[in-house]
Amino acid sequence: MGKEPLGIRSFRVLTGAVLITWLILPLVPLAIWSFAKGWFYPDILPRNWSMRAWEYAMSDTAGVLDSLWLTIWISLVATILSILVGVPAGRALGMYKFRGKEIVELMILAPTIVPGIAVVLGIHSIFISMGLTNSVEGVILVHLIPTLPYMVLVMAGVFANYDPAFEAQARSLGASPLKTFWYITLPAIRPGIIVGGLFAFLVSWSQYILTLLIGGGRVETLPLLLFNFATSGRNDITGAIGMIYILPGIIILLLTAKHLSGRSGAVGGFGQI
Amino acid sequence: MTHVSIQELTKVYPGATEPSLDRLSLEIPTGELTALLGPSGCGKTTTMKMIAGLLEPTSGDVCFDGRSVLRDKPENRGVVMVFQNYLLFPYMSVADNVGFGLKMRKTDPAEIKRRVGEMLDLVKLPDLGDRKPSALSGGQQQRIALARALIVQPNVLLLDEPLSNLDAHLRFEMRDLIRSLQQEMGITTIFVTHDQEEAVVLADRVALILDGQMKQYEKADVFYKRPVDEATARFFGGHNFIPGHSNGRAFDCALGKLVLPEGAKSGAGKLTFRPENVRIGHDADGENNLDAVIEDIIYLGTQTRLKLRVGDTALEAVVNPNEIENHPKGGNLPIHMPRTTLWVIE
Repeated sequence: MGKEPLGIRSFRVLTGAVLITWLILPLVPLAIWSFAKGWFYPDILPRNWSMRAWEYAMSDTAGVLDSLWLTIWISLVATILSILVGVPAGRALGMYKFRGKEIVELMILAPTIVPGIAVVLGIHSIFISMGLTNSVEGVILVHLIPTLPYMVLVMAGVFANYDPAFEAQARSLGASPLKTFWYITLPAIRPGIIVGGLFAFLVSWSQYILTLLIGGGRVETLPLLLFNFATSGRNDITGAIGMIYILPGIIILLLTAKHLSGRSGAVGGFGQI
Repeated sequence: MTHVSIQELTKVYPGATEPSLDRLSLEIPTGELTALLGPSGCGKTTTMKMIAGLLEPTSGDVCFDGRSVLRDKPENRGVVMVFQNYLLFPYMSVADNVGFGLKMRKTDPAEIKRRVGEMLDLVKLPDLGDRKPSALSGGQQQRIALARALIVQPNVLLLDEPLSNLDAHLRFEMRDLIRSLQQEMGITTIFVTHDQEEAVVLADRVALILDGQMKQYEKADVFYKRPVDEATARFFGGHNFIPGHSNGRAFDCALGKLVLPEGAKSGAGKLTFRPENVRIGHDADGENNLDAVIEDIIYLGTQTRLKLRVGDTALEAVVNPNEIENHPKGGNLPIHMPRTTLWVIE
């Protein structure tokens, strides 16, 4: 970084400060609530502190930990399935020209444009006839609808900048198609898989409506549990679960800050095709 | 040690009306270094990819030692292709790049290490094994790409424009390296290039491909002395094509009656001769002497290009700058053309 005019510099500092405040500030009351034993107007901070909400959240009776593991499992499987579908789909969209490509792109992007609630009722009736409702499998499957567009988009951007000649070179040197993928293709697309996979994980992690309707309330993921406590007015327990709930997002943000900065080219989207 | 035979090889890409390669047939003897020469887009790289198994031909056959290899997968053909932009794997060290082919063949790691070391010595880059390819210069990358190909001891080596990305002084170094390694290991080698100089300098024999078809397949010097047609001669820098009629011993044209070498074609055709074979001064025996007018003198440093006119016929000559010192533009210039430098084409 060279010297830059004072005006631009202070503008950068200001926008940075606003952004951080905007992202961090709403979390502060949540964190305080989780340690509060009552917190009433006009107190700025609670008068009495307590670990009660955390003790409850961590106890066997609350079901928070069960719900946490279930949510992790669902998001993890949905992410892996997204990767398995998204990599070949992204390769096709990023590298090849074919008839009807624009329509395929639009169909893949559609779930990000059309609200989930608008389509989930139709999906619900189809899932009932297939016996997929009220099951973890059904929830995982329906989570693919919002996760896949992100995965495919990221992979299409990666493959648009990918040179398949490296694969031909590896084959020529004696590598089988499988080894070529493992040693040549995978290292090249790994940043994209990581970024797309983390997106997919977070999107699945935050699903509420789809999980509620397809899971029929029996598949109780963390957002469902959180919503129950939030509506029942238990602000302290809501605060504690809320803190657990945002943890993956923060971890992922810290892990991927480098990849997301745009310099790696992992996040290209259709813009680079 | 493999004899490569290409038979009527044709490629029509999907959606294309014209074939990119039209019934190319070529016999490449064991251990020879052959150039496929042609302008860009003439089907050279297509041919290479089909030999390597990276592209399926529309029709025709590729045989190694008489056996068709079209059904063999690229990894089992014993052919290694070195691409024009080297394609060193960026995520691997130089040593891992060179050892890649052996690793794919499940060679013992200690053995791989030993042979990678030998190979790096052979291409004269013994200390670069730990570097990443991005830290190498173009010439070094080229040599590593060559080492990576040769380490698996392929039956057939394919090189795509092996010298074209190199500086002039590296070209000759690389040429010598390729030739010496190729001769030492006796690998049948085919390379493609659009540069006739690159082809002549490196190859035992040159196959000229124009418009998807092979024009001529000969030792390099034949293209200069005995081109098969005008397009071939022009590709090799020929400029002089004078229509007329041959009776096998002499050529009757606007320049007069010129004596031909033995074996020249009879009938209507064009007389062609290299600009650099035009001699200044008249021949003592009076054979093929002409009187030209100097239209233009273009000084090119080590040589001088002359635009000449004999009667109404324009000629081009390339001479040593010293020879032309006392001859001004617009002046007369006696010339002669030794009969062995003349050739008749259709």
